[in-house]
Amino acid sequence: MADSVKIVDGRNSFCPGPLMELIKGIRQEPVGTVFEVWSSDAGSAKDIPEWVRRAGHELISNTQDGDVFKIQVKKLK
Amino acid sequence: MVILGGGVGGTIVANQVARQMSDDLKKGTLGVTVITDSEQHVYQPMFLYLAFDQVVPSEAKKPERGLLHRYVKMVVGAADHVDQDQKTVVMTDGTSVPYDYLVIATGSRPAPEQVAGLPEGGHLFYTEEGALRLRQALHDFEGGRVVITVGVPHKCPVAPLEFTLMLKAWLEAKGLGQKTEIVYTYPIGRIHSLEPVAQWAAPVFDDQKIESHIFFNPEQVDPEHKTITSLEGETLDYDLLVAVPPHTGQDVIGRSKLGDAGQWVPTDRASLRMKGSDDIFVLGDATDLPISKAGSTAHFEADVVAANLVSLLNGGLGSVRYDGKVFCFIETGLTKATYITFDYLNPPKPSEPTEMIHMFKMAYNRLYWLTPAGLL
Ligand SMILES: Cc1cc2nc3c(=O)[nH]c(=O)nc-3n(C[C@H](O)[C@H](O)[C@H](O)COP(=O)(O)OP(=O)(O)OC[C@H]3O[C@@H](n4cnc5c(N)ncnc54)[C@H](O)[C@@H]3O)c2cc1C
Repeated sequence: MADSVKIVDGRNSFCPGPLMELIKGIRQEPVGTVFEVWSSDAGSAKDIPEWVRRAGHELISNTQDGDVFKIQVKKLK
Repeated sequence: MVILGGGVGGTIVANQVARQMSDDLKKGTLGVTVITDSEQHVYQPMFLYLAFDQVVPSEAKKPERGLLHRYVKMVVGAADHVDQDQKTVVMTDGTSVPYDYLVIATGSRPAPEQVAGLPEGGHLFYTEEGALRLRQALHDFEGGRVVITVGVPHKCPVAPLEFTLMLKAWLEAKGLGQKTEIVYTYPIGRIHSLEPVAQWAAPVFDDQKIESHIFFNPEQVDPEHKTITSLEGETLDYDLLVAVPPHTGQDVIGRSKLGDAGQWVPTDRASLRMKGSDDIFVLGDATDLPISKAGSTAHFEADVVAANLVSLLNGGLGSVRYDGKVFCFIETGLTKATYITFDYLNPPKPSEPTEMIHMFKMAYNRLYWLTPAGLL
């Protein structure tokens, strides 16, 4: 994993949850930042790509590592 | 021991430690100081009721001194920054307050200025000033399209839902139900971050004809044309705009270089110590933890921080862990409420709203003052 990847650890976060944590990160970090969201909730693997598409960012990868879903996103604007 | 911030969390820690260590405080072998920039302790949940003219501002405030244990020292003033090397809190007037242990409990701040045009074009009920302005706007409202929008991150995640349902009931009671459209927007793919709450609220919204727009992160408001546009590219018209704005951590965190880009302090989710530090604890809204920013969170975290400080001061290891517990009442109109409770491992299950729970919340609004006192 590249050093510049920012981990958003949303495991066991029911509220605000992994997607809100990603939105918070995207709002506060510069364009070009790559985030890797960790989530223990299967719904995130669908919700996060959907939001990323609507918001115009880039979905780099969406994988499952044991019980944890790992979704990489690049901030484009 | 120094506690920076005299809100819910900071006041509870000070009182719990003082009560358990009162002999040491009396002898002078221990000092507990609370630094706070306001002489008044504010119970923020009252702002929701203030907007609907159900309470007045004085009902949301009491002098902080009267809530603190008599052996706790209170310094009223704004902290400029924390100097970790010197172990002092430097105040804006140039004085310093030294610490062996520091508790950061500075809370968070709504930042409407982060959404262009929002301060001019919209209302908020998250500050006393904002709630009073909204009270007047609601008083003068004669019908139209109300848009409620929610920024990320924000404290009290149930407040947007509560405000929407209370507004609906309030408009019906005022005879404006038929003349008003309520539009609720939410940043993610359902109408509340908690899935069980979203599942419960969706049919309630359908039933009450409240329109919802998901994946809507407010980005720009045009006060002249009365429109709001999301970063996802959707534009909505409004007659009255009410926002729960995005929040930031306090500037003192930024000036101290203790936080991330949003001025949230990196915190260990179990020990509540600032990451990389043995002598700084963090609680409440100020942390970067992925949990609800709520008074109840600050309260449960304060119990853990106080227990660990008492342990450390008595030669223990300070190893009590926070389990992520949160408790929230949810007002579902003007006469009924429900509640949720959850932690890192157990999701919430909202129950059917009842009048009894609403009455309990009303009673708690008056009993709140026992919470910072460390009694409830
Ligand atoms: C409208 C509304 C409704 C809400 N409803 C609920 C609810 O129903 N249930 C619930 O659990 N929560 C609710 N909340 C959220 C709750 O009020 C906060 O989450 C809670 O107050 C956080 O506690 P805290 O101790 O972290 O910070 P706060 O209580 O905000 O205290 C922070 C303190 O730090 C002080 N401070 C900050 N910076 C400095 C500085 N530089 N120098 C000195 N002092 C400083 C501030 O003056 C303040 O006294 C609501 C909030 C709002 C606005």
